[in-house]
Amino acid sequence: MTMTQQDAPAASPPAPSPAQTDGRTAQRSAARRLLARPEVGVAVGAIAVFVFFFAVAPTFRQADSLATVLYQSSTIGIMALPVALLMIGGEFDLSAGVGVVTSALTASMVSYQLTMNVWVGVAVALVVSLAIGALNGYLLVKTGLPSFLVTLGTFLMLQGLNLAVTKLITGNVATDSISDMDGFNQAKAVFSSDITIAGVSVKITVLWWLAFAAIASWVLLRTKYGNWVFAVGGNKESARAVGVPVAFTKITLFMAVGFGAWFVGMHQLFAFNTVQSGEGVGNELLYIAAAVIGGCLLTGGYGSAIGTVIGAFMFGMVTQGIVYANWNPDWFKLFLGVMLLGATLINLWIRRQATRK
Amino acid sequence: MATNETSGTDRQPIVELSGVGKSYGNIRALHGVDLTVSPGEVTCVLGDNGAGKSTLIKIISGLHQHTEGEFRIDGEPVRLGTPRDALARGIATVYQDLATVPLMPVWRNFFLGSEMTRGRWPLRRLDIARMKETADQELRNMGIVLDDLEQPIGSLSGGQRQSVAIARAVYFGARVLILDEPTAALGVKQSGVVLKYIAAARDRGLGVIFITHNPHHAYMVGDHFTVLRLGTLELSAARSEVSLEELTNHMAGGAELAALKHELAQVRGVDTDVLPEPSELPSASAPAP
Repeated sequence: MTMTQQDAPAASPPAPSPAQTDGRTAQRSAARRLLARPEVGVAVGAIAVFVFFFAVAPTFRQADSLATVLYQSSTIGIMALPVALLMIGGEFDLSAGVGVVTSALTASMVSYQLTMNVWVGVAVALVVSLAIGALNGYLLVKTGLPSFLVTLGTFLMLQGLNLAVTKLITGNVATDSISDMDGFNQAKAVFSSDITIAGVSVKITVLWWLAFAAIASWVLLRTKYGNWVFAVGGNKESARAVGVPVAFTKITLFMAVGFGAWFVGMHQLFAFNTVQSGEGVGNELLYIAAAVIGGCLLTGGYGSAIGTVIGAFMFGMVTQGIVYANWNPDWFKLFLGVMLLGATLINLWIRRQATRK
Repeated sequence: MATNETSGTDRQPIVELSGVGKSYGNIRALHGVDLTVSPGEVTCVLGDNGAGKSTLIKIISGLHQHTEGEFRIDGEPVRLGTPRDALARGIATVYQDLATVPLMPVWRNFFLGSEMTRGRWPLRRLDIARMKETADQELRNMGIVLDDLEQPIGSLSGGQRQSVAIARAVYFGARVLILDEPTAALGVKQSGVVLKYIAAARDRGLGVIFITHNPHHAYMVGDHFTVLRLGTLELSAARSEVSLEELTNHMAGGAELAALKHELAQVRGVDTDVLPEPSELPSASAPAP
């Protein structure tokens, strides 16, 4: 009855009759389609950096060193994931770095000052972190100001709050050690324990990092919400016009950053027992750098979670690689800057190649 | 209005505007506009730049709210808060910028905002295979064949993107399709393709609001013509009541054009017997010695 040509879905490469294709776009080659993936540029870069340090730094070749590199990567990587999602959704969060410290301070002070189980502090910190994210998102959506400005504001406010409130409550710039409090060992097991895999001691944050990456990637590519994230970053007005809840998407993305800040904050708290109130400043740019190195488009609408993982890994390799190569660590930021520029240029070039018709 | 139930389904207008207007602060962008859209009918809204066409469709599509007059859908007065409300009532808009996200693949754009999913909540995920298949099917039904639904929609031609946007609106059960200058940026052949889809949508029983500033395109498919000028109605006439020439005349501003014609008559080389296209007017008068 109906036309048989409709039985042929897009899967069969050359359509049955020549009239089926419009004849102007040849099937792109497999190589070109591979290049079109956002994580390809960073993967190539990561391999180059790996080979480089593998060659120049003998210590770098040991399994223990790899575990340290991974740990270093995970502390940046866990935060870089939500920051990358937010960037794909078209926004920045400059308050992410100090947000980590705010969360750790909250948990520490709530548990210590009220002499409660540390889990209470952990829960309060989660609420506070999510609230900061929601506030960022709400202000952004309500005022229509660029996220750069809104989060610069919260960044400064949190920085001030961290110092002032900590001094006010503890009379010191750091919080008191909570290592002898109820629930500390439990919480440490979750946020900051060591796990032995094939004879190598690995920090649990590495596993959390990979688990979060898998979730982020799944959400981004396989769910409705992920579709909305790409859409609000790619073209906010269009997304709104076809019925995507733009405000909801943006606010929840900021809250995801809050969640990441909470998790990393808890790790720092249970790894070091105390928190320095002035820390965290500048880290927000490292998260953004990892996301950009990982192939996320600064203007939104394009990027991937896997790429961000590799971006953070590259970051970890350079941090530790410099140490293993016995260089002066002062050079680190220079390397990072070169890497960032290089990665951005490579990504740009690859995208041009891939979308060229 | 008492319409009897039997013939009412066909004849009753879906969208009715009476005396609708919109003010932004003390700027009156639109006032006293009447418009009726019935199923299986193409209502053309014409007007020069700044005539109020965009304001009008923004009201109907739920992006803005009217500040005067009455807006009825199926005879019921409404005030739409968001484009989602309009969509829920079967009014779909294909915007000038097409409301597509250029870097996203064709199939993701097709279903954006109304994605198909499967599975239960924590694991509820996109039904990618079904979406791709449906998008392909729907596009083919409209006579659009794309080689690769994974390609970013930004890499399609203007006409193709327009067609995808129309197919999307038709698929999602639109009863009224608002097309905002769909032929504005297109070449002659691609415009023809889009006009064909407009006719196809009408034949499927949709009410179409076709916004354009090209009277020729409007006259090819229109059943009713509404011309806006300076934010108010210049003309509202059925096809039988107006000729293409009159339409062009109204479109170009009637009396104003007559005055202009008088001036142009004194310039050598301008053939005033044939009314010039409004777009040609500035260039025709400029090189005068």
